[in-house]
Amino acid sequence: MVNVMDLPEEEFIYPGTRACAGCGMALIYRIALKALGAKTIVTVPASCLTVLHGMQGFCSTKISVYHTPFATTGASASGILASLEDKGLADDITVLAFAGDGGTTDIGIQALSGAAERGTNFIYACYDNEAYMNTGVQRSGSTPLGVRTTTTPEGKDVHKKNMPKILEAHDIPYVATANAAYPLDLFEKFKRAKTIIGPKYFHILSPCPPGWGYDPKDTILIGRLANETGFWPLYEVIKGKFELSRPSKKYLDSSKLKPITEYLKIQKRFKFIDDSIIKRYEEYITNTWKEIKARLETQ
Amino acid sequence: MTVTKLKKTQGQEKIKILTGNHAAAHAFRQAKVGVVSAYPITPQSPVVEKIAEFISEGKLKARFVKVESEHSALAVCCAASATGSRVGTATSAHGLELMYELLPWAAGNRLPIIINLATRSLGAPWSVWTDHSDFITIRDVGWIQFMCENNQEIYDTNLQAFKIAEDPRVFLPVIVAYDGYILSHTMMPVKLEDQEKIDNFLPPLNHHINLSDISQVKGVDPVTTPHIVKRAEGTAPGYYEYRYALQKSLENSIDIIKEVHNDFTAKFGRSYGNGIYKTVQTEGSDTIIYAMGSVASQARVAIKKLRAEGLKIGILSLRLFRPYPHEELKEFFKDKENIIVFDRDIGYGYEGVLSYELKAALYGLKSRPNIKGFIVGLGGRDVKTKHIITGVHKALDEFKEEISTNKTDFLGLKLNDLKDYDESTYFESG
Repeated sequence: MVNVMDLPEEEFIYPGTRACAGCGMALIYRIALKALGAKTIVTVPASCLTVLHGMQGFCSTKISVYHTPFATTGASASGILASLEDKGLADDITVLAFAGDGGTTDIGIQALSGAAERGTNFIYACYDNEAYMNTGVQRSGSTPLGVRTTTTPEGKDVHKKNMPKILEAHDIPYVATANAAYPLDLFEKFKRAKTIIGPKYFHILSPCPPGWGYDPKDTILIGRLANETGFWPLYEVIKGKFELSRPSKKYLDSSKLKPITEYLKIQKRFKFIDDSIIKRYEEYITNTWKEIKARLETQ
Repeated sequence: MTVTKLKKTQGQEKIKILTGNHAAAHAFRQAKVGVVSAYPITPQSPVVEKIAEFISEGKLKARFVKVESEHSALAVCCAASATGSRVGTATSAHGLELMYELLPWAAGNRLPIIINLATRSLGAPWSVWTDHSDFITIRDVGWIQFMCENNQEIYDTNLQAFKIAEDPRVFLPVIVAYDGYILSHTMMPVKLEDQEKIDNFLPPLNHHINLSDISQVKGVDPVTTPHIVKRAEGTAPGYYEYRYALQKSLENSIDIIKEVHNDFTAKFGRSYGNGIYKTVQTEGSDTIIYAMGSVASQARVAIKKLRAEGLKIGILSLRLFRPYPHEELKEFFKDKENIIVFDRDIGYGYEGVLSYELKAALYGLKSRPNIKGFIVGLGGRDVKTKHIITGVHKALDEFKEEISTNKTDFLGLKLNDLKDYDESTYFESG
């Protein structure tokens, strides 16, 4: 287990990026790059990360960044890797694809699925802020039930897509969930992923102050509540073996879970949900954990 | 597709009987591409099947990324090119249209990628046969576009394409097109050149981006503002300046295309007109047939008969479609009287693209030739010698009567063979 003293001092993002105050993604990106180090090339589709990187004439990172059209993140990572292999540099450089939930679960799912199926040796990180935040909060396939977005003014009527499960179905050697509010867990997982050959997939919950409707100072609080209420369990699936991560382990005892309303009630995006939605959330969490327990017992 | 070895000449030169697709694949092998990425589509597929075969036999040391769509194929090519490798792919019709989003991306990023296009009609309705609709739809995205007329030209143009694309004065993507089936699947003798001579003609790529050099931090293609950005470290161009540079690079590339063509001719002894267009019996001719690819080839047969009738007629076959060689065309056509254009495409809602672009290009001439355009051979309908002869006669008759029109005129249509055909009701629905 890592502690905060294990984090490298070296930063790979310069201070003063264009990310919003309290941005979960900025935190995730910073920690992930610390884990992967300088010999990394990042490919990024249209997303909030494009904004963080800055406009022409600026580059907020100390590593090379390739911007690619929205649907092509997985393919562009394959292209960078193929060229590195062509040049005999692939063993030395990590290829990191870093995309939002829209770019991953919706428009980018085909290219990602292709790259995963081909066994591409890269890390794909989806930072999930649960809507198209960069274009003004429209619903995505990863937007949770009941959320009001600019395209779901009545609230979304279905649950979010379970993307880690879809990637697991590709039989890749590493799938993990993570959360901006647990940076040490995130760091450890990226460190581990770097040592594994083949496609590595991260799905990382990324609280978003403007999109979710809360005070920027509460990003960590809200991220933690997603774990503590059982909504966003942290786990790894390493070569098919499922393991709950330390911050989520104690919730195998469901009596330790906080009520989901603690998570929902402090975010404006859930402001208009009624009891029927809360009930569906309770069922969702119960089923999620039932499945986790069953997996742990049977493997 | 079997390949028969005909004879071995000195050095490693070989004459082989190859399809157009395999000629393209051999050019990729000898250009030593580093990364190929493609998705199967008829009639292109044999290009990449052959490349896969070369790789598996150890004849080509390239990475072949077998993607799940053409959109991803060109995305892989763009990223691999930006990482510093020589890259290429092949496609047709819907594949090219699916790549469309990445086409201006490759041009804007100045990536020297080569696409081989075995031309095919666009649906609906489904068709796998040739016309030039796919080729012409990408004319405004910033690629250099060649159209070939035989399999040797496909091989030679590919080798030239890499050299043009990778020239530091150019850095542009290039598409090398040839008619689906008519060339893609037809065997012809193709001389494959000595590898050493090719290496000498085409040195390794020295890319202007090269992400693989991690000693230099690069932010490739960030959001670029309408204005220029002034900072202590220097001034960064705006989008407008980038696109100005792209346009100027295309304009300037015509000279480099000629230069590379001349260099190729000096080294390998083959030429394709002036590298921009090819002519057949145009000297002393007052009437010129203007066409591309398979249509120009067919016209070669037609003019024999037309000349026997006493017409002073020749052909200009356009090889370089983009950048559009307007000055060269103006110079060529300035003393000609009649031009008959045969388009295997339509700029839907207007007329054949070769036709209307030529009319615009010649507008500045003091004395302008008569021009009439015909549509021929969409969806692989045979373009026959008789169609071209009919077209030439019809055009010359109209010129005599001083008729000038942009209305489309189709040759080879068989409306009368449709039993229930009634002009008054035919266009009411599908």
